[in-house]
This record gives sequence, structure tokens and C-alpha cells, in this order.
Amino acid sequence: MQAALVARDLYCRRGERPLFGGLNITLEAGEALHLVGPNGIGKTSLLQMLAGLRKPARHGSFNAAGPPGDVLWQGIVSYLEDRTALDAELPLADALAFWARLDGRPVRLEPYGLADLADVPVRYLSTGQRRRAGFARLSLQRADHWLLDEPLNGLDTQGCGMVESLIAEKREAGGIVIVASHQPIAVPGLRTLDLRDHPW
Amino acid sequence: MHGFANPKRFLSLARWLTPLFMLSGLLLAAIALAWGLFAVPPDRLMGETVRIMFIHVPAAWLGMGGWTALAIASLVYLVWRHPLADIAARAVALPGLVFTVICLVTGSIWGRPTWGTWWVWDGRLTSMLVLAFLYLGYIALAQAVAREGASARIPAIFGLVGAVNIPIINRSVVWWNSLHQPPSITMGNSTIDSQFLVPLLLATAGFSLLMGGIVLARMRTVLADMQAEARFRRKVATSGGNHSHQASLQGTA
Amino acid sequence: MRVFATLLRRDLAMLLPGGRRGQSLLPFLFFLAIAMLYPFAVGPDADLLRRTGGGVIWVAALLASILPLDRLVAPDIEQGVFDQLAIRGIADEAAIAIRVLAHWLSFAPLLMVAALPASVLLNLDGSTLSIVVLGLLAGTPGLAAIGVTIAALTAGLRGGTALAGLLLVPLATPILIFGAGSLARPDDGGILLAAAISLVALAIAPFAGGAAIRAARDS
Repeated sequence: MQAALVARDLYCRRGERPLFGGLNITLEAGEALHLVGPNGIGKTSLLQMLAGLRKPARHGSFNAAGPPGDVLWQGIVSYLEDRTALDAELPLADALAFWARLDGRPVRLEPYGLADLADVPVRYLSTGQRRRAGFARLSLQRADHWLLDEPLNGLDTQGCGMVESLIAEKREAGGIVIVASHQPIAVPGLRTLDLRDHPW
Repeated sequence: MHGFANPKRFLSLARWLTPLFMLSGLLLAAIALAWGLFAVPPDRLMGETVRIMFIHVPAAWLGMGGWTALAIASLVYLVWRHPLADIAARAVALPGLVFTVICLVTGSIWGRPTWGTWWVWDGRLTSMLVLAFLYLGYIALAQAVAREGASARIPAIFGLVGAVNIPIINRSVVWWNSLHQPPSITMGNSTIDSQFLVPLLLATAGFSLLMGGIVLARMRTVLADMQAEARFRRKVATSGGNHSHQASLQGTA
Repeated sequence: MRVFATLLRRDLAMLLPGGRRGQSLLPFLFFLAIAMLYPFAVGPDADLLRRTGGGVIWVAALLASILPLDRLVAPDIEQGVFDQLAIRGIADEAAIAIRVLAHWLSFAPLLMVAALPASVLLNLDGSTLSIVVLGLLAGTPGLAAIGVTIAALTAGLRGGTALAGLLLVPLATPILIFGAGSLARPDDGGILLAAAISLVALAIAPFAGGAAIRAARDS
């Protein structure tokens, strides 16, 4: 049976700087992967590549470049990052309502501890609250798998606990969760990928 | 670094091609201008001032040709992401603008004795004026992009959009002229006499070679700057006191 | 279909006057201000105004269309909205096309209405006014498309509005020539040509804008 994620031969360049190369990732349903490495190593670029937002680079000398790598998912992927994609001037509930209408699901704030902030404009929220709002938005999409870029940023212990249990729930449902994070994340059976091991 | 496996080939080619183009261009242009200034009889209607067309017409062709080259380089960059294509497009922009402005200035000088003003809304001059704005816009956009580290595909997209716009501009100006019948700057005889044609072609060839040489020289300068920058960055990255290769961060579960 | 409606609804809420991104009535006041300043500059000679007023309305329309450019695309690129749309399978080209529609709705109808008081200030007669309004109807879609394209290209660049204005001049000149030029001809050739250019601009804008969004992702 085809693995839930097969990523082959990924090369990445940011401007003219080569970041990583020859990367192969295979993950089964329910697995979790932790991306580590210093800032600028390409964790975000890799997540963008896996999300389909960035095309894998071609490698090899210019005229004889091999075909670019590919990313094959079984199921739908969603992506959480620093930018919330929520309109800053709108109250939180209305900002989420846009995505809710697109995804065809109702907005839910209580599971993320945001119920009393429904009428607060997004631009007043703290970093941690934005992260929670990001998860609220993330859950609206009927996605099977999650890509999370620094999901614990700005969250207190309770918030981190929330994220870890959300991740566990997702994995139980058969989803893959890939996390880029500086901080340690308490997730059982987490595999690690250090991008420094895969230079171009 | 993979993107630049080729510059060595380009640079060794450009090293002798640049002076060749520039010198032969200067020579041909000088011959053509001397011919045009001294050996060609004055035009029936426009008199001595017609001689300025030996600069004005080639400048117009090079202004248009410059944008064509810029658009082709932009297309190559967008499709194949070849870094030399981006450098080439940006190298053509300023010479293209300069030739366009030369065309405007010489056109103004040409028209003055006949019409008494420094500017007439002649069809070609007007199109060239709009083209000058296209060049200015491209240069400003490319500089802003380079300054802010944005993607070089942005000016390339504008180069293509501008290329689509140019025939539209030309058609619209011709139509506009037919509405308003402004003064126009042309030769007295409707067809170009062979006496004028040969030095004109020589001048065009000469100026084209000259422009080619200038573009190559600009590309070499840009490449030299980029290589120097890469060298500095490498030094900075591998010198002592840099923490990027130090102990890995916490985070392995 | 629901996707189209949801996106359009959000774009309109952002861009319509009184909307979120602060698109106030300022551009229309600006437009009327130009119409008012012109007679001050050239004198109130009724005949002169009648002959040239239509052209002034066109120039004013062009300038007014530059004002909202920095709010059209840049904030959504900054917030990662296009990325989230792309993840949901909504192409950048589609998002841009809807944005062009919303941008047009946010300035063109009001502009055409504002042409009425402007024509009074400039002493235009009824038939001139109708040619101006028809011309605006034909040309403003093209201006909207060009505006969104330029907004996408200059998103995130400092000095964006001035740069956008500079880029607008050569791209919008043909529409201006044909739209205003229709005032000098007895037939409607100019209006049809302006409409033709609008169609070309509308066809190109989604692809140029989409390419610009993807380029912004890569940097």
C-alpha cells in the first residue's frame, strides 16, 4: 500500500543560496516528524515544499539538470505558520468565519481557549492567542495531515499541552503531523529530521 | 554553485567580445555619421537638419529593439530561471533608455527649425516617450526589487507585460494622430532614397554593435560584483566567531 | 460557485468605500478636486472647458485609480492569505481575477456617477457627458486589471505608490488615448477600441498577477 507521504529527491535553494538537497521522506499514516536545525537552514522552505507552495529545485549543472523532485500525499494537507491569514481589523469570530465559509464548517472557539475573544479584532491578540487562532483556522479545513511551523511560539504550558493533544488526536485519526520547532515537543514516537544532515 | 556553472563560459566569451563590439561599433557609427554629415546631399524639404536622422532613426530602432531584447531575456528567465537572463535583461534597460532619450532629443532638435517648438506630438516621438516611461518604470522596479531582496521574476513579468503593451501603444498613437493631425517629423520624400539608406543602415549596425558591447560590459560588471559578494559572504561564514556550525539545538526527542 | 461568492464578498468588504482597508470616498473627492482645479488653472472660458473638459475627466479618473493600489494585493500577500487559498486548491489566478472584479466595483460605478457633477463644473454638454461615461464604462475594466497587476508586482516594495504610479503611466496610456479620443470623433470607434484593450488587460492580469504572487512566495 502506498505510504501516506512520499517525498523524493527534494532540493531547495533560497535565492542563490543552496539550503538542502537529496532529501527523501517517507511517512506512514499516523506518524509524526520533527524538523530540527538552526534558523535559516530551510525548515520553513521544506514545509512550504511539502505543502505544495514551493516547487522543488532542479539540481545538477544547468544544462543537464535532472527532473525536479516530487511530493506525493495520500489525502489533503493543511499548513500552519506565523502568518495567521486572518484579517487584522475584523473581530476574531468574523475573521475565522471567512475560512469557515470556504471550508464549509462552523467556527469553534472553545477547544482553543478563545471563546471570550470572539469580538476582539485580530490585531489586538497576543502571539500565543494568534497561534491558538491559527489552530482554530487550521481545524476548519477538512485536512488529513498537518504541517506546523513553530506551533508552540508564544504559548504557555497550557497552550503547549493543547497543541500536543491536538497533534495526538490528528495522529490517532490516521493523519501525519510534521512539525518544525525549536522547542522540544512531547509527542510519543516522534521521528527527527535534521536538515544539516542533508546539505545540497 | 550550480546556478553559475556557466558564467565562466560567458565571461571568457565576453572578455574579447565586448571590446570587439564596442570598437567595431564606434568605427561603423563614425563612418556612417561622417558619410551622413558630409557626403549626403541635403533633403529637398528639410534641408541640413535631415542629417540628424542618422542618429535619430537608429536610436529609435535601438530603443524598441532594446525592449524586445529585454522581453526575450525576461521570458527566458521566467521559463528557465537562468540567472544570466535576469542579468541580461537588467543590463539592457539603461542603454535602451539612453537610446530612447537620444531619439527624443534628436527628434526635438529635428523638429524645431520646421515647427518652431521644442516638442511636437509626432507619432513616433510620442510612442518613444511612452517607451521611455516603460524603461523608467522597469529600472525603478528592478532597483526596488534588488534593494528589498524581492524576487527577480517581478521585473521580468513587467518586461513581458510592457512588450505586449508596445504594439498597443504604437497603434493607439497612430490612431490618435489621425484624430488630431499634429505636426510630424519625416523626410521630405516619402520613400527613403538609397543615398540615405546605406549610411543609415551602417549607422544602425554601428550603434547596435556599440549597444551590444555596452550591455556585455554591464553584465560583466554585475557578475564581478556578485562574485565578490559571494566571496565575502563565504569568508564571513567560515571565519571564527561564527555560531552557525556550533552545537545543535535542543529539540531531538 | 460558493468559493467565488465567498472570495468576492470578502474582497468587496475590503475594497468598497467605507470598507475595512480604509477605501474612503477620498479618491472621488480627489477626482472632483481635479475637475474643480482645472478651470482655475486655465480660466473659465466656457468654450475651452467644453472642448477639453472630457479629457480632464479621463486624466482625473486615471490618477484617482492609482490611489488604492497599495491596499489591493500587498496586505494579503503579507498575511499569507493567498498561500492558504492555494492550499485549498484555489489558484492564484482565480483569486486575482476576483480581486480585479472587486476593484472595478469599488471605483468605477462611483466614478461614472461623479462624472456628472464634474461635467457640470467643466461645462460639458449632455452628449459629451454620455460619451465620457460610455468611455469610462469601456475603459475602467482595463484600468482595474492594470491596477491589480501593478499592485501585485509592487507588493511589499517600499515607495510602492509612487512606483505604481510610474508603472501605470505607460500601461494605461492606450486606454486613455482611446477613451478620451472618442470625444473627438463622431463615431464610437474609440470606445470600442478602449473596450478591446480592456479585454486584453483583463485577460493578462490574472496570469501576470498570479506569477507575481508566486514570485513573492519564493523570496
